[in-house]
Amino acid sequence: MIAILDYRAGNLTSVERALHFLGFSCQITDSHEVIEKAERIIFPGVGAAGKSMENLKELGLDIMLRKRLEAGTPILGICVGLQVLFDYSEENDTPCLGILPGKVRLFPGDMQSEKGEALKIPHMGWNEVAFAHGHPVFDRIPAGSEFYFVHSYYPEPSDSARIAGKTGYGISFASAVAHRNLVAVQFHPEKSGPPGLQILGNFCHWDGVSSF
Amino acid sequence: MLSKRIIPCLDVRDGRTTKGIRFKDNIDIGDPVEMGRFYYEEGADEIVFYDITASSDRRPIMLDVVRRVAETIFIPFSVGGGIRTLEDMRDVLLAGAEKVSVNSAAVLSPDIIRQGAEAFGNQCIVLGMDVKKVTPSEKIPSGYEIVINGGRKHMGIDALWWAREAERLGAGEICLNSIDADGTKAGYELQLTRLISTQVHIPVIASGGAGKSEHLLYVLNEGSADAALIASMVHYGTYTIRQIKEFLQEHGVKVRKTW
Repeated sequence: MIAILDYRAGNLTSVERALHFLGFSCQITDSHEVIEKAERIIFPGVGAAGKSMENLKELGLDIMLRKRLEAGTPILGICVGLQVLFDYSEENDTPCLGILPGKVRLFPGDMQSEKGEALKIPHMGWNEVAFAHGHPVFDRIPAGSEFYFVHSYYPEPSDSARIAGKTGYGISFASAVAHRNLVAVQFHPEKSGPPGLQILGNFCHWDGVSSF
Repeated sequence: MLSKRIIPCLDVRDGRTTKGIRFKDNIDIGDPVEMGRFYYEEGADEIVFYDITASSDRRPIMLDVVRRVAETIFIPFSVGGGIRTLEDMRDVLLAGAEKVSVNSAAVLSPDIIRQGAEAFGNQCIVLGMDVKKVTPSEKIPSGYEIVINGGRKHMGIDALWWAREAERLGAGEICLNSIDADGTKAGYELQLTRLISTQVHIPVIASGGAGKSEHLLYVLNEGSADAALIASMVHYGTYTIRQIKEFLQEHGVKVRKTW
């Protein structure tokens, strides 16, 4: 069973629906007992870093996440579920989980496209991800596949060895990160059509072992 | 680099699509769920379902449509039409839509944008704007006025002012519909689109007037639109989404390829 962490962060049902479509059983939950027994954990997120951290702590889910991480359980972070893994987020000036070294920053306000158009914030829509080779969760993704993004802040890992995918939007940023049994993406695989479903499917079969 | 989005819009009344959507084997052409799935597979980047159900006691039918759509398509989709309250927004989002679009309700009571953005996040709230060209005046300096009721009622509100105000209140995106261009198939209102899109910091979806692929090219380039809404040009089978995207790509517009 896959536990989808419920920390009162926006709409979690889209991840659940995508997993059901793929034929995996899952449960949206904040129960420590259920999370303790889950084979794998998805840490989704729509919302702001400040409120997310507040809710995680209140529900004791920060401790649960660390515990399961150390136990080797495969964990997938999505969007804000990626961002709060880092030390700090500029959004609401929030100290975060500190599981990955680095910080989360607001996109600069003066970015331009190659055609000279002012780039808008949030970064909303479909964009490519150049995945690093060799991570089982990003296996069998056709080159040039695009994924659905919606975010105003981006992760800046201080250790480049943790970067599993990069995307360009004015600047080049880490759109996928990985470390041992933890993998996290800035985009929404549950809203990214077939290649997104492929990533979710890969995660559901992954044993948590990777060279990252 | 971010792709420009192509977004088909389906009008739904009492749970059925209203336009004579192209005949296809094995597809119930009146069923918005099947049509949504069809466009999803064709490479639509998002889908808009616009509820034109007149009677409010038939609204639960739309929620059922939204739930069934959410089980079968895995790209963002939004629902507009008849969204008046926070409760309406919540119902549609919990049923599985990514975004809700508010139009006349926001003109009449702008605070609904702020409330929606606070409750569900800016990215969930799309402001639909219906706009008509008028002679510039002190009240309407941009020469574009906000209208409601399908263009029948002029609101005395400047479109550029309203777009900026909606951004300030927390709208995550604007769907900009030119009432003058709507239904003409003669092309989008480029000047209006460019005006709004370059003066706000949130994405703008151009709407109204699409009749051929060139129209999308113009509005995405000259009009500076981030996305283009299409309806009859794909519903009647004149074009496929793939054809449109191939044309745009040949002309240097970055689009998402699904083939």
